[in-house]
Amino acid sequence: MNRYKKIFQKKTLLKEGCFVPFVIIGDPSLEISIKIIETLIENGADALELGIPFSDPLADGPIIQKSNLRALSKNYGILKCFEVIQILRKKYLNIPIGILLYANIIYNQGIKNFYEKCSKCNLDSVLIADVPIEEYNIFYKYANEFNIDSIFICPPDANENFLSQLALYAKGYIYLLSRPGVTGLDKKRITLSNEFIKKVKKYNTLPLLQGFGIKNAIEVKKSILSGTNGVICGSAIISIIEQNLNNEKEMIKKIKNFSFKLIQSTKCI
Amino acid sequence: MTLLNPYFGEFGGMYVPQILMPALYELEKNFIAAKKDINFQKKFLYLLKNYAGRPTPLTLCKNLTQGTKTHIYLKREDLLHGGAHKTNQVLGQAMLAIQMNKKEIIAETGAGQHGVATAIACSLLNLKCRIYMGVKDIERQKPNVFRMKLMGAEVISVKSGSGTLKDACNEALRDWSDSYKNSHYMIGTAAGPHPYPRIVKEFQKIIGEETKKQILKQEKKLPDSIIACVGGGSNAIGIFSDFIDEKVNLIGVEPAGQGISTGKHGAPLNHGSTGIYFGMKSYLMQNKEGQIQKSWSISAGLDFPSVGPEHAWLHSIKRAEYVSITDTEALEAFQILSKKEGIIPALESSHAIAYALKIMNKNPDKSQILIVNLSGRGDKDIFTVSEILKNRKKL
Repeated sequence: MNRYKKIFQKKTLLKEGCFVPFVIIGDPSLEISIKIIETLIENGADALELGIPFSDPLADGPIIQKSNLRALSKNYGILKCFEVIQILRKKYLNIPIGILLYANIIYNQGIKNFYEKCSKCNLDSVLIADVPIEEYNIFYKYANEFNIDSIFICPPDANENFLSQLALYAKGYIYLLSRPGVTGLDKKRITLSNEFIKKVKKYNTLPLLQGFGIKNAIEVKKSILSGTNGVICGSAIISIIEQNLNNEKEMIKKIKNFSFKLIQSTKCI
Repeated sequence: MTLLNPYFGEFGGMYVPQILMPALYELEKNFIAAKKDINFQKKFLYLLKNYAGRPTPLTLCKNLTQGTKTHIYLKREDLLHGGAHKTNQVLGQAMLAIQMNKKEIIAETGAGQHGVATAIACSLLNLKCRIYMGVKDIERQKPNVFRMKLMGAEVISVKSGSGTLKDACNEALRDWSDSYKNSHYMIGTAAGPHPYPRIVKEFQKIIGEETKKQILKQEKKLPDSIIACVGGGSNAIGIFSDFIDEKVNLIGVEPAGQGISTGKHGAPLNHGSTGIYFGMKSYLMQNKEGQIQKSWSISAGLDFPSVGPEHAWLHSIKRAEYVSITDTEALEAFQILSKKEGIIPALESSHAIAYALKIMNKNPDKSQILIVNLSGRGDKDIFTVSEILKNRKKL
């Protein structure tokens, strides 16, 4: 049984939701980045979504964009990112680790070569932010060859046609978008309705994780009560990194406190 | 499923976040309907003729070619309303937006030519308009920024990344992924995700159609070469379109910037490699890790690290030849055309003129007809050029 299945089964039995943090590998430095990720794991994160830095992350808002650029400014290449994943994997055998990145990073490496590297790192999943299901075939072929789950994003206005296609392709879990737009701490709206989640579930049996704009315990609870299996939280954590760039201790402490609150709220359903 | 082929050979496609796919499908559907809709076409041609000022002339440069057997013609898109070829296709896209019941337009601009054209179309057709522009481009293209604002557009300064066209493109796409239900993203060049490269070519193909008629009337034969500058590639694909199946050399001129060897250029076709960026698979300026590199050109309108997918395809099958011209060569051409013919070309177009002059000077006794797409006028660039010439003590 793969790691995603195990963790989602366990959480369903416990009647708890999953907390999946997202951070960019290498922000603000490789060393601190590893410390941040370890803090999140040891605090109780159920899975990891790690960003591979890209120069033009057009599906991301300003907080994650700056995080990408901070990581890139240190001039570490993708091989270093894979090294970080290998370090984490050796230490934490059971936590599912997924990466989120942009198509050109994969294309540049050679698609087969890239998935082969993912497999060698014991990665669980890959989400390509700028490749819709319609363009996924070539990536899917190698993902399957190397046993990597392909994660797809489901927009909040997805029609039935898309949902049935999603059922054919998606593996691991489905990334449910809270709202249109890019990542960020948008205060305006989180539009996912219970009806929509029911509709997605009619077509798909995979677990659903809600992402975009998750920034506090209330939203985590709301998401899980509406029928999701948990949340992905990125910009809120990354903004703590951004606000504490010159104070590593404070940064780690705040991330710990923040993630603790969110993790607790996945349990009190 | 798309209704049209989203690819040109291996280039093109729709590499966007999933959330934008319905918007692209909607656009494609409406574009196909508009192509078949006689009323749409009639109104589009009416606007081109009576508002934008088509057809534009084909001007023979007698002074520039004196003492040679070369005939250089300029397709005068600089005389189009707005001062550049951009007006052609924004009118078409604005009409498409209205057809889709979208009241807001998002655009991005480098030199400001597309921004001005977008502001013009939105003003004429009563659409709300916001234009993303890199902070550096805002500085170097002040007159165009003023024109956009005067016509009611909101100009949004993009400070992220390099603060140029590349970042403005990212920002516009971000805006669109939030607002696509009410807004249309008016891409200004023949690049980006399908169906944009096909839409922009369709609305720009009139340049090639007119040119063909005009040259056959004036010279009784087709030209030897058509020369156009290439940033994203809309003016080039527009003028190439009616000559692709003819025995005519198609030459696209990329910006070599400060020199290819310096790395400060914007010539992905000859000095980049295939990759995925800005919604398409095409040639890109990228480093060995696949990070998109900053491009460079004296001309903000050519300062883009990628190129439209049809050009990538024409390059790969060797149907078109792509060359490059440095900032210095473009500046010289800018001055020569101004002095000899009384026409101030846009810095973008100066690249194409510089290459035509190279061909002429290499073989002055050869009888040949060269047509340069003078894609825009140079008023917007006079401050940039005057600054450089002052520094070089040439003014």
